[in-house]
Amino acid sequence: MITFWFAVLVLAWVLYFVLEGFDFGVGILTPILGRDEHERGAVIRTVGPFWDGNEVWLVAAVGVTFAAFPDWYAAWMSALYLPLVGVLLLLAVRGVALEFRGKHDAPSWRRRSDHLLAWSSGGIVLLWGAILGVLVDGLALRADGEVAGTGLSRSLGPLFSPAAGLGALAALLAAILLGATFLSLRTTGPVRRRARDLARHTGTFGAVALLVLGVSTGNSMALAAAAIVFVAGLQARRAREATAFGAVVVAVAATVVAIFTVHGDVVLRSTLDPAWSLTRESAAAGPEALKIITVAGVLILPGVIVYQLWSYWVFRRRVASERVPS
Amino acid sequence: MDVLDLTRLQFAVVTIYHYLFVPLSICLAVTAAGLQIAWMRTNNDKYLHLTKFVGKLLIVTFAVGVVTGLVQEFQFGLGWSAFARFYGDVFGPTLAIEGMLAFFLEATFLALWYFGWERLPRRVHAATIVVVAVGTLLSAYIILAANSFMQNPIAYALDPETGRAHLTSFAELMTNEVVLAAFPHTMAGAAMAGGGVLLAIGMWRAHADPAFTTLGRIGAWTTLLGGLGTAISGDHLGKVMTAVQPMKMAAAEALYETTTGAPFSVLAIGELGHDRPFFSIEVPYLLSFLGTGSFGGTVQGIDDLQAQYVAEYGPGSYVPMIPVAFWTFRLMMGAGIAAMAFAAFYLWKNAGFTKRIPMMPALLQPGTGTPRWFMKLVLLAPMLPAAANTFGWIFTETARQPWLAFGISTTAEGISPGLTSAEVIASLAGFTLVYGLLAIAWIRLVVHLSRKPLREPEKTTDADPEPAPAY
Repeated sequence: MITFWFAVLVLAWVLYFVLEGFDFGVGILTPILGRDEHERGAVIRTVGPFWDGNEVWLVAAVGVTFAAFPDWYAAWMSALYLPLVGVLLLLAVRGVALEFRGKHDAPSWRRRSDHLLAWSSGGIVLLWGAILGVLVDGLALRADGEVAGTGLSRSLGPLFSPAAGLGALAALLAAILLGATFLSLRTTGPVRRRARDLARHTGTFGAVALLVLGVSTGNSMALAAAAIVFVAGLQARRAREATAFGAVVVAVAATVVAIFTVHGDVVLRSTLDPAWSLTRESAAAGPEALKIITVAGVLILPGVIVYQLWSYWVFRRRVASERVPS
Repeated sequence: MDVLDLTRLQFAVVTIYHYLFVPLSICLAVTAAGLQIAWMRTNNDKYLHLTKFVGKLLIVTFAVGVVTGLVQEFQFGLGWSAFARFYGDVFGPTLAIEGMLAFFLEATFLALWYFGWERLPRRVHAATIVVVAVGTLLSAYIILAANSFMQNPIAYALDPETGRAHLTSFAELMTNEVVLAAFPHTMAGAAMAGGGVLLAIGMWRAHADPAFTTLGRIGAWTTLLGGLGTAISGDHLGKVMTAVQPMKMAAAEALYETTTGAPFSVLAIGELGHDRPFFSIEVPYLLSFLGTGSFGGTVQGIDDLQAQYVAEYGPGSYVPMIPVAFWTFRLMMGAGIAAMAFAAFYLWKNAGFTKRIPMMPALLQPGTGTPRWFMKLVLLAPMLPAAANTFGWIFTETARQPWLAFGISTTAEGISPGLTSAEVIASLAGFTLVYGLLAIAWIRLVVHLSRKPLREPEKTTDADPEPAPAY
């Protein structure tokens, strides 16, 4: 049964990274693909109705982690204190920039919002990538589940490891790919063309990078991801926008699943002593708490997915990026 | 300050800030739903314009509430990992269920509503804002249930081996007698907060459009009725609190000795010391009535409770900061009463029916419109309810100290064991900076939105020329 709750948890995190992944990507690409204020507005309107619903998957994912595996939640949250505070602060800036942008007509207000949106989206993606990289690598957990060390370096230190750097770069690449394929699917005119070109180039570059990584480390996951990303780039070239976006989604989802299952039963490795590592069994909550998660997983989440799909259906029309002569 | 004080300060700062926006979101969502239904019933365009205006305020307020609320969910792991380890099993499910059951509804349906004016059938569209309103209330209930666990821990069993708590009944957790009492009180307070903002905008912009006077009246009635609601529900909550946390209510009155037929002091001057040397204006027997429901009831004093707790929980001080408890309790009530008086005066001057009251002395000048001197006080309308809500929460949370979850776990035991002061100072600085900027942007935007003509036709330059569906 613990496997089932673990699956609910992984599902929530996968949905979070895929869904917010594309709206982070759109945020990063706003000033790159939108050449003027009107085009940037069109870019942002592709995620306007969705970004908030996407972000709630983070609430769900963190909530399920807290409820079902309180030890795990406590350990990695307090261990990565400053990087996570950084994520939260940037998420605050980003959400407000997105929502406030269109409510004021002053060009300076909109320009500032666009910059804040792009830089905060980029920052969040790099931080999340680094955090996931660190979590795969493991932390210097003590017996009490807290990370060893003092001062600022205690929770910032892990960010300066090769795993964190690799994670950050991979996340940036994934967000740009998700954003570009999503934008080519959801816009018209010049933005659509630019998004498609960008998706093609990043797809090729990403596939090559993953191939090199896969061959040099012998990691079959990376090879598989390389193949999927290559397909995505190919589909973008042939203007199969939905397939290209779908392929990137599959690649990102597979990567997130891999990150959460890479050490088997161990959910968080301690680099100090394997005995201090957290396993699914040791971190799990009691039966009543897990029952609640089961109910939520079986009754509530399918409903959420249905009405979120409905909202994607209601706003299925492309957003025009051409300027309409008035 | 040591790392414990810093982390407590940070929790207080981000939580108080978050709760400035939450009650507004709740009240604005309910108001928008009401206005849209009024529009559909009457076909009066005034209500349509007001619905769209309130909707814009709701969207910008909700955005700040969302991003600051996210911080709340992470905080128990970031700064309070020991608490999360020992009580996460009981406390965690509330946060998980709130996210999945309520927060998803709010976020998804608010976007459907805001962007769906032309995309959805009329009735379906109206239903989406009703779902948002229900979602906000549901969210509030579940989060208050989580807080009520900290006030009155129930529905758990301690594992004798690990010393950790396990949830025994989710239903029991959700029907804690404290949440049943705190929910109406908090929602009435939320009505006052949102009503105050609408009243201020209605007063300020009344000259621009008569519909703003309607908005002002809606705001004033909401504030007034919300105020009455806080008084009635507060009385009940006080009795529940006297039963589950007698120390909190004793601290609220600075009552050191157990007293039968205890008085309530409205104001006090001097040290709130043991021997009551301070001057105070007292209402006899009122405290006993408030706490127990009977004028002759016995209210336990701080000294007796302290002795009782030492016997029960071991040596240590179990007394919260008395002046903070005493004054926040009075400031909460004072600000709330002042907000009600403000709203009542506005209604007196602006409601048509007051003119028709027979035998009314002309001196009181009912229904003559808002006087100019009163207009200068317009900012009090949103600030007084916000102050009342804030003082109420500061009272509730500080007068529970030294406990984090009353009677089972102290605040000092809850902090993340590895956390260092440098980290908390860095994060507190970050929160202060970013939250300060958010507040400035939010105020600028609310002022800007209020200044726009209410009946301005929607700009069409941004509209899509209906391109093909993407899928």
